[in-house]
Amino acid sequence: MAAQKNNYRILTIVSLLLLLVFIGFAENHLDLYIVRILNVCAIYAILGMSMNLINGFTGLFSLGHAGFMAVGAYTTALLTIPPAIKAQIFYLAPLIKPLDQMNLPFPVALFVGGLLAAVVGGLIAAPTLRLKGDYLAIATLGFAEIIRVVFTNTQTITNGALGLKGIPALTNLWWSFGAAAFTLVVLLSLINSSYGRALKAIREDEIAAESMGIHLAKHKTLSFVIGAFFAGIGGGLLGNLLGTIDPKMFSFTFTFNILLIIVLGGMGSFSGSIISAFIVTIANEYLRFLDESIKVGMRSVVFSALLMFVVLFYRHGLMGANEFSWERLFGNKVYQKTLGRWTKRPRKGGYAG
Amino acid sequence: MTLDLFLQHLSNGISLGSLYALIAIGYTMVYGVLRLINFAHGDIFMMATYFAFFGIVTFRIPWFITFPLVLVLTAALGMTVEAVAYRPIREAPKISILISAIGASFFLENLTIVLFGGVPKPFPAPTLFTDVVQVGTVAIQKLTFYIPIVTVLSLLALLYLINKTKTGMAMRAVSMDQETARVMGININHTIAFTFGLGSFLAAVGGIMWGMKFPQIQPLMGVIPGLKCFIAAVIGGIGNIGGAVIGGFILGIGEIMLVAFLPNLTGYRDAFAFVLLILILLSKPTGILGEKTAEKV
Repeated sequence: MAAQKNNYRILTIVSLLLLLVFIGFAENHLDLYIVRILNVCAIYAILGMSMNLINGFTGLFSLGHAGFMAVGAYTTALLTIPPAIKAQIFYLAPLIKPLDQMNLPFPVALFVGGLLAAVVGGLIAAPTLRLKGDYLAIATLGFAEIIRVVFTNTQTITNGALGLKGIPALTNLWWSFGAAAFTLVVLLSLINSSYGRALKAIREDEIAAESMGIHLAKHKTLSFVIGAFFAGIGGGLLGNLLGTIDPKMFSFTFTFNILLIIVLGGMGSFSGSIISAFIVTIANEYLRFLDESIKVGMRSVVFSALLMFVVLFYRHGLMGANEFSWERLFGNKVYQKTLGRWTKRPRKGGYAG
Repeated sequence: MTLDLFLQHLSNGISLGSLYALIAIGYTMVYGVLRLINFAHGDIFMMATYFAFFGIVTFRIPWFITFPLVLVLTAALGMTVEAVAYRPIREAPKISILISAIGASFFLENLTIVLFGGVPKPFPAPTLFTDVVQVGTVAIQKLTFYIPIVTVLSLLALLYLINKTKTGMAMRAVSMDQETARVMGININHTIAFTFGLGSFLAAVGGIMWGMKFPQIQPLMGVIPGLKCFIAAVIGGIGNIGGAVIGGFILGIGEIMLVAFLPNLTGYRDAFAFVLLILILLSKPTGILGEKTAEKV
């Protein structure tokens, strides 16, 4: 079995190298449209994973993700837009000092965006995490709405309803996939630590977890703040990919899309979130013909029907609460019946290597 | 601010509050029997205004026939939503039911956009209701008086139904303890379906009057009122019908007064409800009339 494990390790390294080569190739040679879709896929993967940490792993049904994204996106954008362009965008009311002259490198701006989102997450966590279930859902949804309304009204910071334009297109595949990988590594090591076990215990049964000595407020806040941090990073990447953001973008519909991703991928599985982020984003582009040939809005009907279908008939999603592993892939029934015919079947008894 | 102006704002606040109350009752009743936020309730309310629009404008049915028809259709729609989106997963974890509710809500919104278009349509309000009357120096729409009256009448009928009839007794029993209610021979499915129908019926009453007060209908019009009315239900104490009415009035009057007294904050009008919600949840999470329940292990 040790040899098999070694094989799997080699397989992992080879796949990662292939991914790197692919990114390098895609960044330079592929169609801009495809590169953009890949970027969106990676960003949605980040957003999905961060929301999954809160909703899937800790069992806190939070609907405030769009608010955290908005904080990250606005911060990153404001810190990366060159001062000359800022003066042009803010024609109704000038941007307050010292923001109008600030210009930071992209990674620093992203990090600051994430941090601010985390701070906002911490502020929201303090009052709302005393609530449970649907109360929590509606309170976090309320906070996201409040953030959006505040952003619509703070003309001198966020340019109000006009939004920000001319955000430099700094997001590329290296940044988006790199950030996604970073998110995955951090979240996986969190989940496999004692903190992660505490979070899962809270998800399974709050009262039991508390009586086992788990500090509920501390762990819930931790999950919320980390989730908000990565949501902020995802938002920042998205803003600098799209080039223009406005408060309307970060309405509840956005949270709904991320929710669709984590439900489809499986609440409690990061790899599930990544896979379904790619599926949903690519399907979203592929199904554009529905809007064009049938009627505008048809795509959204399909997606909301899909969400209901998954919840009603296929509640555990693609991955359930399991993570991707080669063992699982090769042991999978579907694989055994299709591709598995041509590979050696692992013999019973375990002497084969 | 002069007294006239104040009275005008107050009457506006009362009629808005009445509308909130009517919709909030639907939330509170569903929460009572299922312990679930019916996210689709706001969209059922929106569908009611579209039914009325099609009845009057497209099929040219007079309003006094259309409106009762709308009430029945909307109640049927509410029951359908329950049967499709909630009944199959009633035993599932709460998070799944909530997600299904959100899915149902988005499905209704998007379906309306596809079927009827996203462009706002004018609501065909009969002039009988929209006429303006002079009270002293204040000009007030007749509707402003009718709305609270209709609300109070509906509320009285509802309270009679819940407290004095067998169906109402079944609803109360189901909301207390589903298992025991089933053992006592109550048909749980019928009772829950009836509750949804009743809630949607009241949402339709609210929807028709909303359409006359703000005569423009569009597919996403139910989202914000839906959220606000849920908040109203929470403020009053969710599961409690009197509480929903009180919450509705607090929210409606508070919102209008906020805009009237602090015009600079007009942009924050939609955030007012959420701020109020968070304050209430922090100080008295069970709402004004709610009872505290301890969680059993």
